[in-house]
Parts: sequence; structure tokens; C-alpha cells
Amino acid sequence: MTATDLGLPSMGGLDLVPTTDEPQKAKEYKSDQEVRWCPGCGDYIVLNTIQSFLPTLGLKRENIVFISGIGCSSRFPYYMNTYGMHSIHGRAPSIATGLATTRPDLSVWVVTGDGDALSIGGNHLIHALRRNVNLKILLFNNRIYGLTKGQYSPTSEPGKVTKSTPMGSVDTPFNPVSLALGAEATFVGRAMDSDKKGLTEVLGAAAQHRGSAVVEIYQNCPIFNDGAFDMLKDKDEAAQRLIPLTPGEPIRFGAEGEFGVTTTGYGGLDVGKVADIGEDNLVVHDPSIEDTAYGFALSRIGDQHLNHIPTGIFRQVERETYDDQARAQVQQAQEAKPGDLQALLTGKDTWTVE
Amino acid sequence: MSTSANGSAAAGTDALSASRPTEVNRLERVVIRFAGDSGDGMQLTGDRFTSEAAAFGNDLATLPNFPAEIRAPQGTIPGVSSFQVHFADYDILTPGDRPDVLVAMNPAALKANIGDVPKGGTVIVNTDEFGKRNLAKVDYESNPLEDDSLSAFEVHEVAMSTLTQGALADTGLGKKDAERCKNMFALGLLSWMYHRPTEGTEAFLREKFAKKPEVAEANVLAFRAGWYYGETTEAFGTTFEIAPAKLPRGTYRQITGNTALAYGIVAAGQQSRLPVLLGTYPITPASDVLHELSKHKNFGITTFQAEDEIAGIGAALGAAYGGALGVTSTSGPGIALKAETIGLGVMTELPLVVIDVQRGGPSTGLPTKTEQADLLQAYFGRNGECPVPIVAPATPADCFDIALEATRIALTYRTPVLLLSDGAVANGSEPWLIPDVSTLPDLSVTFASEPNAPDGSGEHWPYQRDPETLAREWALPGTAGLQHRIGGLEKAEGKGNISYDPDNHEKMVRLRQAKVDGVAVPDVEVDDPTGDARVLVLGWGSTYGPIGAAARRVRAKGMPIAQAHLRHLNPLPANLGEVLASYDHVVVPEMNLGQLSMLLRAKYLTDIQSYTKVAGLPFKAEELESVFTDILREVTAV
Repeated sequence: MTATDLGLPSMGGLDLVPTTDEPQKAKEYKSDQEVRWCPGCGDYIVLNTIQSFLPTLGLKRENIVFISGIGCSSRFPYYMNTYGMHSIHGRAPSIATGLATTRPDLSVWVVTGDGDALSIGGNHLIHALRRNVNLKILLFNNRIYGLTKGQYSPTSEPGKVTKSTPMGSVDTPFNPVSLALGAEATFVGRAMDSDKKGLTEVLGAAAQHRGSAVVEIYQNCPIFNDGAFDMLKDKDEAAQRLIPLTPGEPIRFGAEGEFGVTTTGYGGLDVGKVADIGEDNLVVHDPSIEDTAYGFALSRIGDQHLNHIPTGIFRQVERETYDDQARAQVQQAQEAKPGDLQALLTGKDTWTVE
Repeated sequence: MSTSANGSAAAGTDALSASRPTEVNRLERVVIRFAGDSGDGMQLTGDRFTSEAAAFGNDLATLPNFPAEIRAPQGTIPGVSSFQVHFADYDILTPGDRPDVLVAMNPAALKANIGDVPKGGTVIVNTDEFGKRNLAKVDYESNPLEDDSLSAFEVHEVAMSTLTQGALADTGLGKKDAERCKNMFALGLLSWMYHRPTEGTEAFLREKFAKKPEVAEANVLAFRAGWYYGETTEAFGTTFEIAPAKLPRGTYRQITGNTALAYGIVAAGQQSRLPVLLGTYPITPASDVLHELSKHKNFGITTFQAEDEIAGIGAALGAAYGGALGVTSTSGPGIALKAETIGLGVMTELPLVVIDVQRGGPSTGLPTKTEQADLLQAYFGRNGECPVPIVAPATPADCFDIALEATRIALTYRTPVLLLSDGAVANGSEPWLIPDVSTLPDLSVTFASEPNAPDGSGEHWPYQRDPETLAREWALPGTAGLQHRIGGLEKAEGKGNISYDPDNHEKMVRLRQAKVDGVAVPDVEVDDPTGDARVLVLGWGSTYGPIGAAARRVRAKGMPIAQAHLRHLNPLPANLGEVLASYDHVVVPEMNLGQLSMLLRAKYLTDIQSYTKVAGLPFKAEELESVFTDILREVTAV
């Protein structure tokens, strides 16, 4: 029995979370703890963006929970004046699943990194996504291990020379967006730490999405992988590389919009000059396409050297959430036959000793 | 024979009744073992026979024994599955050491089990399976039914497959499907031999196969054919009666340990008025806890079948953080995987019930067999100083009470609690005096609602403690003004912020230990009927039955022996040191290499005689009787 079977209307991600009419300020979301990331860490910008963004949701602050794993970014909950748990390496999605399933009145956010989410916690990430639990996963990707001081991560580029790979990494990295789509994610987005506007837009859509939403945030580590995303931050370079995704609009980029995305012969997507492709042949972005192949093809346009990087929302589709359905089953069972403990314990076959 | 059985069975559905005059022997107790191939339905047969005994009012105890393989190669020794049931007209403590009656459905079942049958015991075999090929599969050089190898036993040869097929000839069921009903033929025959009530089994079959009425009727027919075979063939000259047991007054039902454990969790949810979330991953022999709880959503129970053991306990802890009763269930290998999250539960001081239905180990070990070798893992199997309370049920029915007790401790002290069941109590069954729910303990909890900072600052200090229990407040997300952050990093006493302060860590480690050490547990009671015993036998967990049965036998020989049993392993009962000191000699039987003995020696600096066994099977009462007798003789001789 599912929510649809029960005739429940489709809902937004925050529909069951209590709201407040009191205007909120970013300051109220700052905890009294001193922020202890390295100077210049991209995490500061993301923290500030989220503290500015949350008041716009108008939720009761006490109904917001941040759950993190282990790693630099996972210190995040300590700096938020909400409820929070700094948990175990890789396991935040599982803890958040238990919380979100039993507490529909909470807005549950998971803060994780490339090591936490894709290495030690890869299993929990993919299963949270396929179940479509109503939680928002912020995946801070700096393509390096920071807290353990500079080993390569599952998103480090091939050949990466680090403390643990003096002759270069021989691992093939994950593309987090491709992975999430392969795991049946219903909402997948990507943004840059430095792009406050773009990040805020993706976060807003993620928050309102009912189900698992994963947002990959490119985040600079100034100590162990400084400049990893510089080519996406330099104005001229960025124009050549960043591909902003706007629903309903043809996918174009470049300083003059001179480049665009078109289909290839075998169902994939590729970039080219609009002049060569022809405006009519540009792909019009539609994140609501049910088939994950489209978002997947978008995620494969770039390569691990960041030469073409779409940002925005790759996929945003409706699918019933695990937690809504699990609660609906409990509710249905309770309505059909309220629990009678004495009857349960007694069962059917008894005998009496006089 | 079978034709007439068929005919008369088809005539009506009245309860079967014996008409042929046979000699009726009154017995106090009997042990019957059904053994066959994994696919022969021996567990179901044993289970139904047990239900019949329960319905009749006998005391009973059961021991299912089956391979981990779902269908091991047919007809081989590894594929043998058996179910032993012991029933009596008095209160018994074990499933019995040796079967008085062995039902062997094939040569493999005979070969694997005949060694356990005492001389003079009854052996009933399905002769249809004793062809050359099946004999060769288990290296029988000659047919044991034809040579004199079974001369010490009373052997009944019954062509069960043929007779069953004959009885079902008119049903239109294929030969193969008909043959599959032979386990019900065997059940019918045994039911006749022991004057068992039959209505329950027939009703059960009709319900079980409600969607396939032709299969239900075929099984009922086979069951009746077995009954009539006994009644009419004269092959069996004697039937047996075991009168109902004189148990304490009240209403009883039969229950297995895993079902009782699941009911205990349901009751714990009701008595605490909390929603329950079971986060778990299927694992033998704990999966039945998940299966049972998943049926009781109407009690506000959510069962989450996670992607792995770690996610199972993670979800349970997440639910506990949100104010639910978080429960996770597993067996030994799963506890190894859950260790880090148990540590997080200890650090964040959240209530959590962690169920370990122990199996033989190490590693994958013996999934379907019993052992109690996870005690030290439960005590010490985590990084750092990471104490958790530990409880263990003594019997299948005790699993209900122990689940409530584990929940009481978890909720009162805000801590993960380890509940150590094992394969023997989990799959074994016994009569259960059904509790009146109005007598169950109140487990209700109070959540924090106001900021609690002792300095009057209006802040909330998540690690502010109750001075008596040392439990911290349970402040749920969604409570205004109490926003706080918890996690695995060391916490500053009171305020709960991250703290690397050396003195604070020293204090917090000792506080967490003191909290667990201070858990209120009842004193251990000693059963010393004559009051002059010099030897104490101390057990924990599922060894309760065989230890108790052995102690009875020793006492019956006029030798005094005291028995005590631990349901609380951490902390140990406050009077335990005194109890140990008041006996000249203490023996601790365990299904491990002496784990409790090691703890007791370390804690009480006292000499303990450890008697251990790790065969994947419970102790036999006769084995312990002999051990205790030898010890008593030595101690008395000194």
C-alpha cells in the first residue's frame, strides 16, 4: 500500500515541517561555537550561504536538523544553531533515514564530503537515494582528504600525486552526479562554493523537493588541494567551462553564449559551437525527464579535468518517498486494527491450568 | 489400510478417535525427534506436534536443529534437519538429551541421529527411502533395516511415501506432490501413538494452505492416514499417555524465544508510549525478530530492512535521537559491524536496544547453531572505554521479560543496552504463562521541555545529568529553545560542546562508566533447597535449562547443590560477590571457552571452575549431571 494508493496528494519537501511568521536572520542560525576550518576554506562560504538561505524557508529553527559524518565538512552541525549530530564516518545517511522516517515534522539535512559519502559511506548514500528518503544531502567535494591531511579521495583525478600516492593515483574517480543518477536519485544538483546565487537556487529547490536530494558542492581546500576549481572561477575560463542549466531553456554557455549542448548519434550529449550545431538543434534543459539517461548524459559532458561542467539541477522528478510510504503503512495498519497488546500476547492457541 | 483411512476421513471432519483396543502406557515424559531431509518439512512437523502437546497441557521444550543451507544435497548427512520435542506431565527444563523415539525419514536421518537414541529406544523409519542409492549416499554398506545393526532398538518399518501416495490417490494430486505430504503422515502416526489432540493441526493446515485448498485437504488426508495406520495395523501394540502438567495456574500458550523477544519489543513500545523503529539486516538466527515485528505495524512499529548491519543500527540511533524507541537486531557478526555505532550511542548517551541472537563463531561460524561466545564482545568489543549494560534471557519465554528489562535500562539511563539471546532460546519453545498486560512495568519517559543550564543563563546543556541515574536529558529535535549539537567527539561535561580538555575527558570516561555501573539490577537469587550446599553452579543465558535439570538429578541422588542464574551480565548483581564467597566451590558452565568465568575471576578475585563446551548444541542434562556429580564427590572428599 503506497501513499498514492491511499489517495494522498503529492507533497513538497517541507509540507509537514512547522513554519513561523517571525522573520529570521542569518545570525540566528549561527551557534556560539567558533568556526575552526582553515583560513580560506570553501566551507566558510558554504556555511554562510546556508545560514543566509535557511531564514528564507520560514521554518521553525528547532525543526531543522543537520547530521554529518566525519571529515572537515562534517564539523558543519556544530556551527549551526539548529539541532545536529556529528556522527560516524560515512553513516550520516543511515542515521538521517531513521530520524526522517520517524519524524516527518523535521527538515533533515546531511552534510558529507567526497570521502565520507563516496568512499566509506558509499553504500548508505546509494541506498538513501534509491529509497528516496526525504532528506537533503550536501556533498562537499574538494577532491581530497583534508582531515587526514592530504590523501587522494574517490573524486581525485587519475594520476593525482598525494601523500599516499607519491607516484600518482591509479584509481578511476567517481563522478558524483553520475553515481547519484545511477542510484535512482530523484533530485541531483551541482553548484560552486563561490557561487552564492547558484548554490542558493539549487538548495531552495532541494529543500522543497520531497525525497532524497543530493547537491554536489565544489569546494576548495586551500591546504591540500588549493586551486582545484580555479579554472571554474576565473571569469574567462569559467565562461568556456561552466554550463548553467536552466529548465525550459536551450543549454548554452560561453561569454557570448556561443557554445551549446546537442545530442550525439548514440543518445549521448556533447558540446559544440552553436554556429555549427544550429540553434534549433540545441538541447532544451528539462530536469523532469523520467529517464535517468538524460541527466546521466549531461553529467558525462565534462571529464575529470573539469573542461565542461554543467551546474544547476540535473534531475528533479517526483517519486514516492520511503518515509511517507513507511508511515502510511503504519497508519493504515493502526486504522484497520488498533494494536491490542493483550490479544497479541494471548494469540490463538491457549490452554488453561486450573 | 490407507484406502479405508481415506474413505473414512472423507466422510466427515470429526475429531479422530482411537477405537482399536491397545495397551496404553502412562509416561511422565517422552522425547521425540523428527529427522529427515531439509526439504521434508521436519521443522513444521515438529512444530505441529509441539502445538498438539501444548494444547493438551503438557509442559514442553523444543530443540530445532537444521543446516544453514536451505536445501543441502538431498539425502546426505549435511542435509539432515531435525526437530526434538520433550513433553511431560511436570515442569521440565530442557528439550531432552536423547530421543526416546526417533522418526527417520531417510537413511541420512537415521545415520545422523541413531547414535543419540538410547538402547531400547523406538525408531520409526520410512522404508520407501531405503533404496540402494540413498543408502550409498551416506555410505551404508548394507541396509541397516536388514542387517542386525538396529537390534538394540524397537524398529517400526513404515512405507510412509507409498502409504501417503495411496491415501491421496483419489485427490488428483500428482505423485510427487502427494509424496511431499508424508511428513503429515508421520505426524498423524505419532499423534495417534501419543493420544494427541488433532483438531489444531487440521485447522492449522487449512489456514496455512488457505489459498490452495486442494493442498490443505491433501495434507489433512495424509495426517489422518497416518493416524488410522497406527490405529488399524496392529504394528504398534502400545500407545502412550502423558498427562497434562501441573504447572502454576493460569492461561498458557506455546512460544519461541524469537517470538517472545519480538512481543517484548511490542510491549516495550506500548509501555513506554513510544513509536518503535527496528533497524536491521536479515541474519540467522535473528531474522524472525524482524519477521514478527514487521507484522505488528498496528502497534506503531516501523521495521526498516537496511542495506547493511551498520545502516540498521544507524537508523535505530537516528530514530532514538528523534524520540522513538530504537531497536536493532542481529547475530554475532552483525555486532562486530555495529560496534562503532554502539560507541556513538554511548558517547551521545541515547537509548538503544541492541539484540544479539548469538550463533557459533568466529566469523560466519555456525549460523544455525547455538553458542554464547559473544559475551566478551558485548563487554569489550568497541574502541575506548565504552561500557554498555548487558542482559540475557534464560529461557524462550524469558525473552519477553528481558526485552522489557533491556528497554527499561536503555530509557532510564539513556544508553545502548546489549541483549544476548542465542540460537537455542531463539528457536526453542516452551509454554508461556501469558502475562496480564496490566501488570507490565510502566516504561514511560519524560522529554526535556525547558532549558536546564544550572547557571540560569537560559541555555540548554545537553550533558546535564540526573544526579541519581547520571542519565542526561532527552531533548528532542522540534523542541524550541533546546537546540544543541551532539556527536562522537568528546563532550564537555554539562554543556556538551566539543572538549579536548584532559581533565574533562578523564571525568567523562569515568562518568560513563559510573552510569553503567550504577544501573539498578535485582540481586541474584540462589536456589539451594537444602540450604547446606557447598557447591554453587552459576550460569547465564540459555544454559539455565540443562543446568537446572542436572541440578535436579544430582539432588535426587541426595547430593546438595546450589544453583544461581544471571540475567544481568553488566552490571552484575550487587550481591554476586557475597554469593560466590559463600560457597566452597563455584562451577560455571558456558557454551564458550570460559568468558563469564574470566570476568568473575577478574572482578571478584575468586577461584571459578569453568566447564565449557562449544559444539553448537546446548548442554545435555546428563553431561552436566555427571560433571556436577564428579565435582561434588571431589569437594566432599576434601
